[in-house]
Amino acid sequence: MTMAHLLEADHISKYYGNIVALNDISTYVDAGEVTCILGDNGAGKSSFIKILSGVHQADKGRLLVEGEEVHFTSPRDARAAGIATVYQDLAMVPLMSIWRNFFLGAEPRKGFGPLQWFDSGKAKSIVRRELSEMGIDIRDPDQAVGTLSGGERQSVAIARAVYFGARVLILDEPTSALGVKQAGVVLKYILQARERGVAVIFITHNPHHAYPVGDRFVILNRGQSLGAFEKSEIDRQELVRLMAGGKELAELEHELEAIKVEV
Amino acid sequence: MAETAAPKVAPDERLVRVGPLAGLLTRPDIGAFLGAVAVFFAFGYFARSVNWIGDPGIAAGWTDQAAQYGIVAVPVALLMIGGEFDLSAGVMIGSSGLLLGYLTTFKHMNVWPAMVLVLVFGLVIGLINGLTVVRTRLPSFIVTLATFFVLQGVNAAGTLKLTGQTAIQDIDTARGFNSARRIFAGDLTHYGFKVKVLWWIGITLTGAWLLAKTRFGNWIYSAGGEPNAARNVGVPVARTKIALFMMTSTIASLMGIIEALELRSMQAKEGIGLEFIFIICAVVGGCLLTGGFGSVIGTLFGAAMLGMVQLGIIDAQWDSNWTFTFQGGILFAAVMLNTLIRSRAQKAR
Repeated sequence: MTMAHLLEADHISKYYGNIVALNDISTYVDAGEVTCILGDNGAGKSSFIKILSGVHQADKGRLLVEGEEVHFTSPRDARAAGIATVYQDLAMVPLMSIWRNFFLGAEPRKGFGPLQWFDSGKAKSIVRRELSEMGIDIRDPDQAVGTLSGGERQSVAIARAVYFGARVLILDEPTSALGVKQAGVVLKYILQARERGVAVIFITHNPHHAYPVGDRFVILNRGQSLGAFEKSEIDRQELVRLMAGGKELAELEHELEAIKVEV
Repeated sequence: MAETAAPKVAPDERLVRVGPLAGLLTRPDIGAFLGAVAVFFAFGYFARSVNWIGDPGIAAGWTDQAAQYGIVAVPVALLMIGGEFDLSAGVMIGSSGLLLGYLTTFKHMNVWPAMVLVLVFGLVIGLINGLTVVRTRLPSFIVTLATFFVLQGVNAAGTLKLTGQTAIQDIDTARGFNSARRIFAGDLTHYGFKVKVLWWIGITLTGAWLLAKTRFGNWIYSAGGEPNAARNVGVPVARTKIALFMMTSTIASLMGIIEALELRSMQAKEGIGLEFIFIICAVVGGCLLTGGFGSVIGTLFGAAMLGMVQLGIIDAQWDSNWTFTFQGGILFAAVMLNTLIRSRAQKAR
């Protein structure tokens, strides 16, 4: 009898017509852990998160929440189960202020009956408190989200998901469009979310971003799993090597060396 | 002492102190306000033969004209912030006024229940516009252009068939006319200020409150700004847009009622052409054509500006055909200014 995990993918496969997008992928995540899904472009990462977040349904295999099999037919179902997804581009409305974005779709209200208004004072103070608790340093909650850097935007989206009670947080390539320093900021908030007991699924193609924050690594390549490792079972070099397709990288290095010699 | 004190938030070094003027220049409505003030004083000079600035009778004239534009411009602005257009908002004034005329003079209804039916008609047209836009995903520009032309034909042909003329007359013979006119189209003071102006201000304040202070307002911004992100966090984008279309056509119906009561008759071509005036008011007020940004208070100043131009050109004894040129010039200047303000609001502060 194994212990029930908070979210578990059990032998998931997904086909688009005759194309195998995912073949027999299994992994899990528990509260206060980070599971990293690594893979190059076209490895099946986005198909996998779409299944976890209810956008698509798996053709084979099961999804389990706390040991119970679930069938998500829409992102709304996944959200109701406490699974929040932060998409790389589609997280926020750039022309709206931070506090308006933070509460979009879940605005705190006061007043009676038809005369209910958006409690903006409360919203602003919650935003200030939540962001500072996550260690997110914003200038002014009234500023438009469009004025934030990419890393700050991702960070605010993460803080929002955590505040609204996400138990599982799925992050779709949150660091891929960012510079080194910005990516570091986002990684810090991933750890913050983990410290607050959130289970994080972190999708990335960068092993250097995954290794410092991950507890578990699943490497995808062309829809296949190249293996799932606990942090104790793998070191950084091995992860990089697996990610880059090991042999291919060695060959590439060899070729580059040859060019250098010629020059 | 230092230990117990809450960590004092130091002013962030990235927050450059901006002067009050630079801060104001990120607001969407400031351009319209400055423009309205400029136009007011410009006619203070050009129309000095009629005491443009000091005569309350003159002010009653241009506020009446501004209310004519400003009442419907409020929902048009909200709809634009929500990312859509309604080109049928002008013709709906005619259709609604004619419907009120038909119900009261041909069906001999009391004005009050007839008004209720006219407002329901507005809701239904808005629902049709909204559902069509949301379901077909066609641009609202095209959908409401179609509504506009359909109604234009109905107005002209229907009026001719009923009356043999191009207008419905004698609305003031209906029961309930006087009490309704007092509330919707009467005079406020002996200078000739119209009750309509109060409706304009009231609807503007309601619209501004709705946008800034309610959940629905937040949804309007998001529906126009980034509908996919809004849907991702559970905003009912389609319902928000349909509600905005219904607001627009219903307030256009209210305007039709006001005009029918004021003029005691309704021309078949009434309201046609105003749809663009409403859009100009909204754009002058800071609304972006792409949605997601704008101001209801700014739209009030936009309507005031156009009302002043309309009356000011007459009072300055210029050829009134220049009105269109002025409107075009104001629109162009407003769009240039909006682009500047938007880029300031969105990027570096």
